Amino acid sequence: MSQTGATKQVEQQEKKAQVENAQFLSFTLGKEEYGVDILRVQEIRSWEPVSRIPNVPAYEKGVVNLRGAIVPIIDLRERFDLGRSQYTPLTVVVVLQAIIGEKTRVMGVVVDAVSDVIDVEKNSIQSSPSFGARVSTEFINGLVSVNQRMVMLLDVDKLLKLDGLDTLGEINDDEIKKN
Amino acid sequence: MSIDMAQFHQVFFEESFEGLDAMESGLLNLDMGDVNVDEINTIFRAAHSIKGGSGTFGFTSVSDFTHVMETLLDEMRDGRRRVTQPAVNVLLGSVDCLREMLQAIQAGGEIDDGSVSAHKQSLDSELNNHSAANTDQIVPSEKALESAEREPEITGWSIAFSPHLHMLKTGNEPVRMFRELSSLGDLTVTADLQGVPDLYELDPEECHLSWKLDLVGNVSVAEIDEIFDWVEDDCDLAKQARLVFPPDFGEQNYDAGVSDQLVAGAIDAGPGPGPAEPELAVKLKESKNDDSKAAKGSSSIRVDTSKIDTLINMVGELVITQSMLSLVGEHFELSKLDQLKNGLSQLERHTRELQESVMNIRMLPISFVFSRFPRLAHDISSKLGKKIELKLVGEHTEVDKTVVELLSDPLVHLVRNSLDHGIEMPDVRLAAGKPETGTVTLEAYHRGGNIVIEVCDDGKGLDKEKLRAKAIEKGLIEPDVILTDKQTYELIFMPGFSTAEKLTDISGRGVGMDVVRRNIQALGGNIEIISTLGKGSTISIHLPLTLAILDGQSIAVGDETYIVPLGSIIESLNIKEDRLNRVVGKGETFLLRDQYLPIIRMHEIFNVASAKHTKLTEGLLVVVEGQGVRCGLFVDDLLGQQQVVIKSLEANYRRVEGVSGATILGDGSVALILDIPGLVRLANQ
Repeated sequence: MSQTGATKQVEQQEKKAQVENAQFLSFTLGKEEYGVDILRVQEIRSWEPVSRIPNVPAYEKGVVNLRGAIVPIIDLRERFDLGRSQYTPLTVVVVLQAIIGEKTRVMGVVVDAVSDVIDVEKNSIQSSPSFGARVSTEFINGLVSVNQRMVMLLDVDKLLKLDGLDTLGEINDDEIKKN
Repeated sequence: MSIDMAQFHQVFFEESFEGLDAMESGLLNLDMGDVNVDEINTIFRAAHSIKGGSGTFGFTSVSDFTHVMETLLDEMRDGRRRVTQPAVNVLLGSVDCLREMLQAIQAGGEIDDGSVSAHKQSLDSELNNHSAANTDQIVPSEKALESAEREPEITGWSIAFSPHLHMLKTGNEPVRMFRELSSLGDLTVTADLQGVPDLYELDPEECHLSWKLDLVGNVSVAEIDEIFDWVEDDCDLAKQARLVFPPDFGEQNYDAGVSDQLVAGAIDAGPGPGPAEPELAVKLKESKNDDSKAAKGSSSIRVDTSKIDTLINMVGELVITQSMLSLVGEHFELSKLDQLKNGLSQLERHTRELQESVMNIRMLPISFVFSRFPRLAHDISSKLGKKIELKLVGEHTEVDKTVVELLSDPLVHLVRNSLDHGIEMPDVRLAAGKPETGTVTLEAYHRGGNIVIEVCDDGKGLDKEKLRAKAIEKGLIEPDVILTDKQTYELIFMPGFSTAEKLTDISGRGVGMDVVRRNIQALGGNIEIISTLGKGSTISIHLPLTLAILDGQSIAVGDETYIVPLGSIIESLNIKEDRLNRVVGKGETFLLRDQYLPIIRMHEIFNVASAKHTKLTEGLLVVVEGQGVRCGLFVDDLLGQQQVVIKSLEANYRRVEGVSGATILGDGSVALILDIPGLVRLANQ
């Protein structure tokens, strides 16, 4: 009896810990460090040549075949205006899942290197400071300090929204409906 | 024992809608006067299973309503009632009403009580008519008793219940049914042991017993029916009521039953019942819309089991081939090369077959769309006073499910047009020396990789002069423009163009021909009109068989590979300098057999930096046609033809101008599929 009680207590504690802690996958872009919710990371791949998409911004590198699904690849460095990088087979592509409405969309982001999985206490996340129009911080969920380094936590859903991938799709659906 | 019934709802709805379709087509096939037992039985069975199912799931309003229909149908079946046009019309209306009720329940909405009680009333008055006129002929029957059950005189029932041998195997347990019966009243059960064989011959899974049941109490036949509902087809059942006043109850009881229902109807209806005879055409239109919505909501598909069997066979073969290949691969030496090649070619064949049969699962006979047209023709011809025969040809032609769903609305519009505008009134037809009855033929057939659907009528045809005058009047064309026949007919596809002098409530509203054409084109098809004034018109729709796979030609532009749908390619050729011209110094054209084709340079329009050829004479020109526009695509090279599986770009990405989708090539890389009309639009920007 007391034993089951104890396990229950442990379980509850674990549950509590889950609520209060979150795990993020951190990666670097130049000298900056970013993190994404690990539950949104589908897989990490190496760079493979993509099929270019005509007439799109340069940071939208193209599309690849991810086990039968066509998935866009976005260069985050270029997206955030941090300069270009050379692609090698060591370049890392993080495949992320964004949830828009009821749909799950998958996209790959090119990053310099994946560094770590970090445990973050939820209440230690600071909201990102505002820089006005100078720096767009919409896609940043918050800031957290890990070993004296600042990690910017990205909001995956907003990241996809930011790229207009989501809104365009919606407009498109509406058009079809109208027809 | 509580089972979540909701899990069966979907199946119930699907089956019920199928049943309603069967009832509808059955009713349309009925000959007046005579009774075709088979047809009526089909209709009756469908109604009965809807009643049973809705009762089980607790949709009492549906089961009550169907019950009245069933009564009417039962009298027709027994020959106690003649099949008359008014009765059939009332039944058809009731089918619509039922469909609406079921759709409302499925969507979780409110049932339109007004319309339900109106239909119930017309059913009742149909029943009444008859009973008032023919009471003397009525033999006391189950149905009569059924109405009589509402009379307080019933003191009980004698039931003879002889299950068929297999009844136990259907999972039904007589003891349980008896227990339920005994809860209704005082039950005496007498078992008849005569049919029981010797012990050695006895199969314990068979039911050899039959019973006589005496139930005393004021019990309605519906309550008894409910208990025997599931075994109806698995037993012989006879019920007889014990009445205090046995004879001459006919008329009285009918009335009593009917008035009961009227009261029930009135309660359902609330204030003011709806119109007694709803407008069929309007109803039909609405129900069509609902249909398409429902189809989008549920995405299940019913597949012929033989198709599944083929698929399973194929997978079996594939597994065998795979194991053979792995055996070869385990200790590979050069002498086994032939074996390996054989295995690989087998694998290829199986993959292709597997692909075909998987695609086959999505294929539905086009009768799914065609089957609604007899009703449409019936309603419209009776409404307009025209005589129309509708012929359906090639209903078994199979088309992709998506195509079937998206095709139905445009097709309804075209058929309605033919019925309304095409076919003339009987007197006009006679005067023109044509048979009084007009014919509209709906035909589907395969041609090449396409399916062709034709709507052909022998009506008055399209008047070219009128079309032209109308187009000039509307400012769509200049008065001095010379048009070919084809171009003239094309005018009716222009937005805002209607040839009907006045709008009727059958056609001329909702979708126009421009929308029809757009929908067809959205499916990757095209639409054509051939017409002879006074003889009739034929509208043919060409569609790709499936939306998921297409024959493509791969082309190379620099490092990129694109797929051009093979259907849109006319030819490919080398470019000769002397045939090149420039329009206003910029637009390049190529003279091909007296036609100046605009040239679209793929590497420019798609910004391909790695393009090998930038001089027109070095590359190739692929002449393509899309939505009636021809142009030449300037590419580096042609690579090869192959079937490609179309993948959506929009699922994870977004729509890209000039690209209709993507596919995965043999090496795993992605190639974009070109959208020719989009490309033309892009080039014109």
